Amino acid sequence: MTAWPIRSTLGALGATRERLRHGDMGQAPVAIGLVLIAVVFQSMNAHFLTAENLTNLALQMVSTGTIALGLVLVLLLGEIDLSAGSISGLAAVVTTTLYVRQDWHPLVAVAVAIGVAAAIGALHGLLSALLHMPSFVVTLAGLIGWLGLMLYLLKPDGTLNLPFEHGLAVLSGVWLPAWLSWLLAAGLVVAHLSAALSRRWRRLQAGLEAPSIARVASRAVALAGLLAAAVAVLSADRGVPLPFLIFCALVIGCDLLLRRTVFGRRVYAVGGNAEAARRAGINVTRIRVAVFAVASALAATGGVLAASRLAAVNQSSGGSDILLNAIAAAVIGGTSLFGGRGRAYAALFGILVIQSVANGMLLLNVDSSVRLMVTGAVLAVAVAVDATARRGRPG
Amino acid sequence: MNSRPMVSARDITKRYGAVQALSDARIDLNAGEIVALMGDNGAGKSTLVKILSGAVQADQGTIEVAGRPARISRPNDARSLGITTVFQDLALAENLDVVANLYLGTEIRRRSVLDEVAMERSALDLLASLGVRIRDLRAPVAALSGGQRQSVAIARALLGDPRVVILDEPTAALGVEQTAQVLALVKRLRDRGLAVVLVSHNLSDVRAVSDRVVVLRRGRNAGEFVTADSTQDAIVASITGADQ
Repeated sequence: MTAWPIRSTLGALGATRERLRHGDMGQAPVAIGLVLIAVVFQSMNAHFLTAENLTNLALQMVSTGTIALGLVLVLLLGEIDLSAGSISGLAAVVTTTLYVRQDWHPLVAVAVAIGVAAAIGALHGLLSALLHMPSFVVTLAGLIGWLGLMLYLLKPDGTLNLPFEHGLAVLSGVWLPAWLSWLLAAGLVVAHLSAALSRRWRRLQAGLEAPSIARVASRAVALAGLLAAAVAVLSADRGVPLPFLIFCALVIGCDLLLRRTVFGRRVYAVGGNAEAARRAGINVTRIRVAVFAVASALAATGGVLAASRLAAVNQSSGGSDILLNAIAAAVIGGTSLFGGRGRAYAALFGILVIQSVANGMLLLNVDSSVRLMVTGAVLAVAVAVDATARRGRPG
Repeated sequence: MNSRPMVSARDITKRYGAVQALSDARIDLNAGEIVALMGDNGAGKSTLVKILSGAVQADQGTIEVAGRPARISRPNDARSLGITTVFQDLALAENLDVVANLYLGTEIRRRSVLDEVAMERSALDLLASLGVRIRDLRAPVAALSGGQRQSVAIARALLGDPRVVILDEPTAALGVEQTAQVLALVKRLRDRGLAVVLVSHNLSDVRAVSDRVVVLRRGRNAGEFVTADSTQDAIVASITGADQ
């Protein structure tokens, strides 16, 4: 009896070592990076780790993080979507035009904008898959063209304000009461634990190796600790912001889609070896089109969330460094540019790194020129660590 | 083996522009038999294999499967006739694990959710029945040896429950020990009652496992040997044309 836990612990350690040898370090580098960032900024400005600032950070992450989530999907195919920023701006303008100028119901306006974005994404995917145009070029054309359409729709004012007191702008001011946050966190932990236990039970029934109860429990405890910390911090200030909850729900949804469904499996297959996928009978074109459509829909969601936070759209919506930050976030989170490697959580952890650096430097009143240089250095270091770790990888 | 052959291809002719790739080539495949398809570069081996697997279409010729005339104009036709081919590039997704590769395109699902347990269970059983040893079925294929990858690709071909398995140069890139593993696997395919085609350059491999050798030279049948009754020299002479 006593030999069992030891053996399974050794087995788990062996598996971890095996994975490290293959260059799959999971989220360890990001976690270390985040701790470093926290220590450095906290020592320079005691306001950094306060509940108020961390709540602001959670709000700042949402829009670009949602765009980054779509980019993770596209990068998994080994493709790129340079139009994500423009599409987020266009969707925000379409939403606002329908909602403010045409007096549509805000939900309908948002749904139409996201639908338009998905259709644009599908068009990009079709062009790249059927005409064999590189996605870099298709979406570069999209970056320019959809930006143009957005500016055209914004005429003559160049800016559109959302009414503060109702509708879309209110969304960004909704904070979850503490009891609801705790209830949601508990629900997530219970869902995770019961899924893990039922998976373990089914594996044992089928005579397969299964993780020990201790391992399942320790993972659930780790998740519970993480969620509890987040809820405690956010509730100490204004509460969990609704936009942040939406972002997290999208990340979890995409993660389940990628890891548990046939569609997700095929996305990885197409990204890993499109020819093999095609010969296995997978409709590669359909997968590409679907992924570009979903990615653009996510970009549109990010754009709408940004408009809601700003309570306005203007000519710089979806512009400046949003696209580049979103790509950087996906890559820092561990998504490969060459396709087939990465997870949905890359968007969450990557944007957390980028936005904490930006937030920390804003607190320190650092000039935006320095901010850009530091963000660039963080991206370079993240990719360098990843590349070094994978050098020993066979194949 | 006294009954009709499982697959019988006759008078197969294929021309690529000015190049006559195959002229009146023929090959018979029987259940429980390994046929080695040999020939020098450009002899037409690959073209014949591609025609049988539906990757290209013959200009002329007939193919009978189990005594009935068959049209193979697309890879799906070959697959539904029970003819499966493992090409040299293996067509594995290196970023996916062994289980995912085995079931790529034919994932077992509960509603549209992957049934990993069922897939891993039957992958274990299949690989065990083929004598393939892979320590961690959840490791990405990129981490496997060449012989293990070849074995995964062959196992993958068997999932469609084929009658004929065509192996294109399965040992070309392998070392001695891994070649032995793959050849042992090829023998096990025969023992399962499959008709096996082994495209190979390697005479010692061919002599080690095949029952019959079919030699092509410049797109024509140049000779056919019962492996056990023929010498290496006779086969080489047939490949090079020194027997004429």
